[in-house]
Amino acid sequence: MSVDEPLLLAKGLTKRYGRQIACRNVSLTLFQGEVLAVVGESGSGKTTLLQLLSRQIPADAGSVSYRMRDGVTRDLATLGDAEQRFLFRTDWGYVHQDPALGLRMAVSAGANVGERLMALGARHYGSIRATAADWLDRVEIPRARIDDAPAVYSGGMRQRLQIARNLVTSPRLVFMDEPTGGLDVTVQARLLDLIRGLVRKLGLAAVVVTHDLAVARLLSHRIMVMRQGEVVESGLTDQVLDDPREPYTQLLASSILPV
Amino acid sequence: MQPVLDLVGVSKTFTLHLQGGLSLPAVDDVSFAVHAGECVVLAGPSGAGKSSILKMIYGNYRCDAGRILLRHDGTTTDVARAAPRTMLRLRRTAIGYVSQFLRAVPRVAAIDVVAEAAAHQDDDLAQAEDAAACLLRRLNIAERLLKVPPATFSGGEQQRVNIARGFLPDMPVLLLDEPTASLDAANRAVVVDLIAEKKRQGTAIVAVVHDDDVRTTIADTVVDITPHARRAA
Repeated sequence: MSVDEPLLLAKGLTKRYGRQIACRNVSLTLFQGEVLAVVGESGSGKTTLLQLLSRQIPADAGSVSYRMRDGVTRDLATLGDAEQRFLFRTDWGYVHQDPALGLRMAVSAGANVGERLMALGARHYGSIRATAADWLDRVEIPRARIDDAPAVYSGGMRQRLQIARNLVTSPRLVFMDEPTGGLDVTVQARLLDLIRGLVRKLGLAAVVVTHDLAVARLLSHRIMVMRQGEVVESGLTDQVLDDPREPYTQLLASSILPV
Repeated sequence: MQPVLDLVGVSKTFTLHLQGGLSLPAVDDVSFAVHAGECVVLAGPSGAGKSSILKMIYGNYRCDAGRILLRHDGTTTDVARAAPRTMLRLRRTAIGYVSQFLRAVPRVAAIDVVAEAAAHQDDDLAQAEDAAACLLRRLNIAERLLKVPPATFSGGEQQRVNIARGFLPDMPVLLLDEPTASLDAANRAVVVDLIAEKKRQGTAIVAVVHDDDVRTTIADTVVDITPHARRAA
């Protein structure tokens, strides 16, 4: 967290679907190495926010700026197609809740990881395969499975493969949408541990959308609580969860089941 | 010499919205200062807000009124108003905290739970692990437990992992919330030694301790934080 300028800066993001407001006037800053959790119930607008931040859907109002690798902060709306593609293919990662959306299910695991490298210009088959194998190790997928397609993987393995595919290009920012949703708890624990370790080691910035406050506590430095498209409360993760101020946050925090 | 930590008129009230907005005063107008190498022990009955004060200094609880001034690296920060990012930096560089209970992360070995507190870059992790192992041994954690996640440890073992985690990094301020509560006499003595070493190094310590012997041994100053209202009554 050396650089004093934010990596990602959003101002007044608003998105309507018909008369329904999905996201109202949301602003945030994210610094290098920082993990921000966005929590809230279904329909609170957290996934919409993630899609607005990552420019997958256009905002009705507001702006998103990003500090590019050359150190210049740019309004993403002003980027050309090539620059947008560069961000998506290399400097950003996007981990979907459903790995089938982030992977090519019919091609091999090795090719799934290698594809992002080739988008960067890598052409040497041997070194692409070696890098892919190395990433399978890092996400705890046996090398023997490198030629299998993710269609024959378990849910947890697919999710770990999706993470490898995203991180192989050394992105600086990763968006995650319920990365542990729909997995068994033991698989979830392993995945969380893996994400936590990788984020820490690689100094990644991340925006993690989750409805699970335990996931938020484990992964994030800061937290934003959303309800009906608006940010209700935000701050240090442990402060918001241990000393929630707003009625809605108190309700959420008090609804965590003790183990 | 200026104090490292200076609390001025610190107050906190919990408002419980789910209980019809019930207002619970936790801390009322508390002021004290802690100098380098000094150990201040907070005294007061259970529920007086001793732990809440430690949590406010650490930024875990919000502070409603008053100032919590921390002098570090030539600048003074009011922790009560610090931005989250500032608070995170202070936790990495200035404020150590031994909470009452260890919040164990699944699948992380005891030695790494401790080492992570001192290593912020991957490359010094190995060094931090050596230091962590040393400290855990000193706190009588069995060798075979070092590589085991602490979730299955006894209460006393977990607390010793927590103590090692708080004591390993060299921080100018150290907050201790009942560090000896679940320890036997031998381990209590180790912790008392560790506290004495920190004081010699110039660490400013704020502690909550119920054990009278420990308190008399470590305290340079005792601050009574019994709420004014109750004190008057």
